[in-house]
Amino acid sequence: MKLDARIPAGPIEQKWDKLKFDMKLVNPANKRKYKVIVVGTGLAGGSAAASLGELSYNVEAFCYQDSPRRAHSIAAQGGINAAKNYQNDNDSVFRLFYDTVKGGDFRSREANVYRLAQLSVNIIDQCVAQGVPFAREYGGLLANRSFGGAQVSRTFYARGQTGQQLLLGAYQALERQVKAGTVKMFPRHEMLELVVIDGRARGIIARDLVSGEIEPHVADAVILATGGYGNVFYLSTNAKGCNTTAIWRAYKKGAAFANPCFTQIHPTCIPVSGDYQSKLTLMSESLRNDGRIWVPKKKEDTRPPSQIPEEERDYYLERMYPAFGNLSPRDIASRAAKRVCDEGRGVGPGGRGVYLDFADAIRRLGRQTITERYGNLFEMYERITGEDPYRVPMRIFPAVHYAMGGLWVDYHLMSTIPGLFVLGEANFSDHGANRLGASALMQGLADGYFVIPYTLGNFLAGVKPGDGITADHAEFAAARRAVEERLRRLLAIQGKRTVDSFHRELGHIMWEDCGMSRHRKGLESALGRIRALRGEYWQNVKVVGEEAEINQALEKAGRVADFLELGELICRDALERKESCGAHFREEYQTPDGEALRNDAQFAHVAAWEYAGENASPIRNIEPLEFEYVHLAQRSYK
Amino acid sequence: MKLILHIWRQKDRQSPGKMVRYEVQNVNEHMSFLEMLDVLNEDLIARNQDPVAFDHDCREGICGSCGFMINGVAHGPQRGTTVCQLHLRHFKDGQELWLEPWRARAFPVLKDLIVDRSAFDRIIAAGGYVSINTGGAPEANSLPVEKTKADLAMDAAQCIGCGACVAACPNASASLFTAAKISHLALLPQGEAERERRALNMVAQMQAELFGACTNHGECEAVCPKGIKLENIARMNREFVQAACLHREPARETGGA
Amino acid sequence: MTTVAINQEAERTITFYRSVVGKKVMMAVTGFLLFGFIVMHLIGNLLIYLPKDSHGQWPIDVYSAQLHAIPELLWSARIILLVAVILHIIAAWQLSVLNKLEARKQGYVRWTPVASSYASRTMVWSGPIILLYVIYHLLDLTFGAFNPGFEFGQVHRNIVASFTRPPVAAFYIIANLCLAFHLYHGLWSMCQSVGIAHPRYTPVLKIASKVIAVAIGIGFCSIPLAVLSGLVR
Repeated sequence: MKLDARIPAGPIEQKWDKLKFDMKLVNPANKRKYKVIVVGTGLAGGSAAASLGELSYNVEAFCYQDSPRRAHSIAAQGGINAAKNYQNDNDSVFRLFYDTVKGGDFRSREANVYRLAQLSVNIIDQCVAQGVPFAREYGGLLANRSFGGAQVSRTFYARGQTGQQLLLGAYQALERQVKAGTVKMFPRHEMLELVVIDGRARGIIARDLVSGEIEPHVADAVILATGGYGNVFYLSTNAKGCNTTAIWRAYKKGAAFANPCFTQIHPTCIPVSGDYQSKLTLMSESLRNDGRIWVPKKKEDTRPPSQIPEEERDYYLERMYPAFGNLSPRDIASRAAKRVCDEGRGVGPGGRGVYLDFADAIRRLGRQTITERYGNLFEMYERITGEDPYRVPMRIFPAVHYAMGGLWVDYHLMSTIPGLFVLGEANFSDHGANRLGASALMQGLADGYFVIPYTLGNFLAGVKPGDGITADHAEFAAARRAVEERLRRLLAIQGKRTVDSFHRELGHIMWEDCGMSRHRKGLESALGRIRALRGEYWQNVKVVGEEAEINQALEKAGRVADFLELGELICRDALERKESCGAHFREEYQTPDGEALRNDAQFAHVAAWEYAGENASPIRNIEPLEFEYVHLAQRSYK
Repeated sequence: MKLILHIWRQKDRQSPGKMVRYEVQNVNEHMSFLEMLDVLNEDLIARNQDPVAFDHDCREGICGSCGFMINGVAHGPQRGTTVCQLHLRHFKDGQELWLEPWRARAFPVLKDLIVDRSAFDRIIAAGGYVSINTGGAPEANSLPVEKTKADLAMDAAQCIGCGACVAACPNASASLFTAAKISHLALLPQGEAERERRALNMVAQMQAELFGACTNHGECEAVCPKGIKLENIARMNREFVQAACLHREPARETGGA
Repeated sequence: MTTVAINQEAERTITFYRSVVGKKVMMAVTGFLLFGFIVMHLIGNLLIYLPKDSHGQWPIDVYSAQLHAIPELLWSARIILLVAVILHIIAAWQLSVLNKLEARKQGYVRWTPVASSYASRTMVWSGPIILLYVIYHLLDLTFGAFNPGFEFGQVHRNIVASFTRPPVAAFYIIANLCLAFHLYHGLWSMCQSVGIAHPRYTPVLKIASKVIAVAIGIGFCSIPLAVLSGLVR
């Protein structure tokens, strides 16, 4: 497989502008003749569908939820970065670019990240114009805060619901196009197969989740913006429905899957409270701005926090990383929490938790200020745990949060299948081995509002609309048959175990052996166990109900079947990446003081996995990464 | 702990439905309400029965997917909470609970506790946006917005579109939902240009979807998981009256040379 | 040109009224007029408690005579009120059909009110009871159809004659309790319907509405009680 990132020549500041000028345009009168499918309606998909509709392409947008407004982007709390330098604290496009490359531990593509930083300023303009109610200063101008791992205030926010407000902005723009007739919306539809004809993505097979009908949809280009695959761990901060099916199907049709092992563990989530737990809830990282993280110095200290005197507390982040302290990047904070819990100093049931204490902040700033800043988060914590964080320190523990890995895309956001574009969390492009806080929203919207409208046009200008392909084409018929057979097979197994029990077991394997820290033995064992579990799945899973109705068990069964395959690829990728970088921590590769030890000589590259068939091992292709502007250095937050 | 549930079971849009009694054993007070239903469903699957279908996704109270009536109250007994964040510690061991889907003509039941809320999307499509194309935005700080207005707009914009307001309203009115969006945009200078059109079109769409009229009971405000205020409905009324009385037709555009 | 403008205005009015918000505004405006009448009527009625004046006339009779002195004014007021009543009823009828019959075809097995008041939920019952009563009341005390020995202009006498019959007094009291209930919700509600709301004033407004509703209820109900107890003869 040839990986051509198609990065334009020239200085990094000019690459995007130059490419924009060089790209071909579609005649305005012809745009409506091109049909574009967008799968997923979160920040990336929603903004793409709306923007392409505005350009008068004939767009069909799909989402599995009952409304495009429910995509999981909605749950992002903290904020969105932009290099506006409104605070005069010496921020700039270059600094945002630099921070993102460094934060990603030098495993992202410089050119893509630079473009992201450039576009960040346009995003804020666009969203404000849409009426997104960002926080404001008394003077009426936009407010900023500093956020996880950044030393400048460049994060724009709307209380603790920034993702919600940005998504509603995109959703409203999308509904405006639905009304205008340029976008046709297919809610409660799940993409189950990608159709590739003559090497080009030409459509999808989707299931109407209400009627159960399997529908072919033909297009001139397909855009996947289906989010991350964190649910492969079963417990994660993702929504229950988040899945890998769309990108996994594309992978199996020839799209390369890049860096699947880069999965981010978020340090501030509410700890697991029991086996029945169905998901983990994130507490915004912004809490770390004022909260102090600590554990008792003594092992297995069961005293309530209020009875542990100051000198017997270990504010371990402040101790280990004095420069960044409680604001250390996510991967570092997460691993530190794991380390202290592994030492037996964790708190709460099972010892899997650390305290996030606001007592000092309340003393310093007053309860009023803390309520203003974090009131809704405190309420949420109390609702879930039944404990009052104003009086008792919160208990937090890391949880799977974001997938930096995803389908490989070039600078145009096109995958290795021509005509298949991948946006947002579903692609691998901008965050390297670790994503910085408030950067996911930025990437989703940059991709959807400002990149795809141009690069898609460039692609479409080179092809004829329709090209004589209809839903009757043999490839569509075959894909449809494959989907139907798979669903029938799942229903026919009638085994003993529920889908959830398999999913839970997969999640357990992934979390234990491919979670916050990984080692060769564990990964090898995980590979074997996942394979065995997958074997059992196709013999022993039990899916009740019928095909032609709302059947949530069947929906889940298809998704978990794909997770069982993806899990293996993640472990394989983690095994092959013999270094530690960002969120990927291999115990064999660490510095004497336990920090991640990168191996730039051998692993400064993207690993892009190529599907080689049902019974063959996937092929690991490499896209070397070059760092011209940000010099390779060990990350230090000390 | 143990709970006795009476759940509305309905196969599909056309079929009639009925309440069916279930007992859920071995659940505990730390579970969320939906986790308790997960336990019930695992049990039903084991017994070869169709699991109870209910909409849910984020399970952290923000996506607006989940929601049904618990003992006649939308999202259950705890204020400001969606069912996914409602924990069993608010119920007593052995308590009997009635679970029903949102009921409104505009929200037809699709299966069990799942209803079709696409009417909400159509209300937004009727005018719940600022007509600005991508790329046409001015510099963000060129338009100052009074902080108190921005805060009020944010209060209204928090709506998650779950439909509890409609479900709780004795008239099945969607006024709180519609008003929240009209308010959000009417409070901001960005929404000013389309203010009249928006109020007229969104109210008309709300009615076309066969939602009822607001008679100011205040049930919606009480069950709203995001605490959207009744004040927004007054603002919608004001916007509508103003628009209906003062609205002028735009001039017809003439072709250029 | 003019016809177009007129048509446009007519169209605008129709569009306005067709909307649910327009109907509620109609109810609020007509409700406000009727509320104004009720306040005036109560003040007038309370004159019954005053003793005969120096000419040996009941003040309430004098007041009545003054009201009838300018028929144009009287009839204008009556027509306005009648139109208001009719519009109030039509809008209420249309909204009730929509709300009670159309918008939710299948009801809940269980439904528990959380915030609404008994008054707000019974507007659709208190309204018709008041209407029935008003018809009887007009026949009784304005046209004298049911009043034993009715004498035009002898308001004091007519009232006493009417209320000494306990069933009539009871009907009057029930109807006025309904009126109080109706206003209990209606007074604040009409402000909300026309868009008057502010976090600082709405709570005050709500309390004021309740106080006024209770005061009006007490004021009206006191009259038959006074007659029955012999306080007013």
